[in-house]
Amino acid sequence: MEYFLQQLINGLTLGAIYGLIALGYTMVYSILGMINFAHGTIYMMGAFISLIAYLAATTIGGASVVVALFVALFATMGFTGLWGWTMERVAYRPLRAAPRLAPLISAIGVSIILQNFVAQAQGARVKPLPPVIRGGFSLMEGDGFAISLSWMQIIVVLTTLALMAGFTWMITSTSLGRAQRACEQDMKMAALLGIDVDRVISTTFVIGASLAGVAGLMVTLYYGVIDFYIGFLAGIKAFTAAVLGGIGSLPGAMLGGLLIGLIEALWSAYFSIEYKDVATFGILVMVLVFRPTGLLGRPDVEKI
Amino acid sequence: MLRVEGLCSGYGRIQALHGVDIHVAKGEIVTLVGANGAGKTTLLMTICGNPRASAGKVLLDGEDITRLPTHLIMRKGLAHSPEGRRVFPRMTVLENLQMGAALGDPRHFDQDLERTLALFPRLKERLNQRGGTLSGGEQQMLAIARALMSRPQVLLLDEPSLGLAPLVVRHIFEIIAAINRDHGVTIFLVEQNAFHALKLAHRGYVMVNGKVALSGTGAELLANPEIRAHYLDGGVS
Repeated sequence: MEYFLQQLINGLTLGAIYGLIALGYTMVYSILGMINFAHGTIYMMGAFISLIAYLAATTIGGASVVVALFVALFATMGFTGLWGWTMERVAYRPLRAAPRLAPLISAIGVSIILQNFVAQAQGARVKPLPPVIRGGFSLMEGDGFAISLSWMQIIVVLTTLALMAGFTWMITSTSLGRAQRACEQDMKMAALLGIDVDRVISTTFVIGASLAGVAGLMVTLYYGVIDFYIGFLAGIKAFTAAVLGGIGSLPGAMLGGLLIGLIEALWSAYFSIEYKDVATFGILVMVLVFRPTGLLGRPDVEKI
Repeated sequence: MLRVEGLCSGYGRIQALHGVDIHVAKGEIVTLVGANGAGKTTLLMTICGNPRASAGKVLLDGEDITRLPTHLIMRKGLAHSPEGRRVFPRMTVLENLQMGAALGDPRHFDQDLERTLALFPRLKERLNQRGGTLSGGEQQMLAIARALMSRPQVLLLDEPSLGLAPLVVRHIFEIIAAINRDHGVTIFLVEQNAFHALKLAHRGYVMVNGKVALSGTGAELLANPEIRAHYLDGGVS
């Protein structure tokens, strides 16, 4: 039982990170009907930017840990947001009228460029960051097994919850969120109401990218090691999360992220850690076969 | 107010408009009637910049708006209730109306909402219902109401009677008349239902194959034997 609870905590932490990345996939998909396969790479960039910003703030700026973390947070969100904007501008907007395959290929191209850029600029070796936030609680000691809940895990889950709550509020209650939903449902009509559709799309990319950036920051702090290739697997898992929850559905992305995190943690704990990715992607296949719209996705048919 | 000069436009290689001239004066209701495929919807959409005009001009209050992108054209005091209504199906009625007011001063919103709902009391009962669950007539009301929320000077209406029961059509035309009369909104109405449209309008144009074939006051066109033969006597109420 203790073992199970411990894996639950680990899985939720991991799932929160996947959920944040998955939001970006699902947002872009719902507006443009396109999978932004460079999104995982943005998350990797976020991890690197946060590492650089944190180290710069502590060593050069001599900032305290808390200040340095906030510097890293804002730098990461700012730079990944800028990347998201540039990527849309350069690689996707010129292809908006093209067949669907074209932006997909362009996305893969962007992702290869960014990966190689980071590998060249930062070196291909794994980058370590000594644990910044240590300690935690020990819950329910018994049978010689203590459930530990680290501060870092609490921070990851709370940050994710706060971002998701803020994001949900933005989508449901602000005029920007309304404009995004309008563009998602009928882009031509949104333009007829005076909405600058291009700007809404740009904003969507910026928000999605900065959320992925935050996920990168948290992974850097949580695991303490990053390399230029982490975006690939995490990106595909977050994509799986978005599909599992129902691509295009924001609560679906969050739910899907949590489920993927839990599946991964529990599978690693009870079966075999080598096969955890097989389990995750096996779930993806099953969802696609039995429930192609995902858990919270809406069916295609609706009354117009 | 709204003036279209020698407008040509189309989709890809297919040209749908061949030099259309139309003007709508301030305070008027002007209608454009014509058969299916005559280019009526294309004309309205070209005025809004999508598709782009290949030749000719659109002037609003003397200002050339032909080359502006759609969202900037719509900020010049033009509002469009398009063909097929295009209500946002997964947004509530209230949210649809908020989208209509997206450009306006938020301080006007409550006042504009009240004014618009007074015209469409049915929508008031359904404010929190999703657009996609409304009946056809209600969706049409919502499309017009949404267009009104931006306080337009000129309202473009594309086939508001399409697919609606005769009683509902009559009701909607009464509301259109009220919008023009009580709120001073200039209206350019595109219709296949020539009889109702010409009765309501001050002036009308008849479009055939992407060109204006005839024009005159509503009464003149209604009395025209050619029009009667083509558009009215074929069983139109």
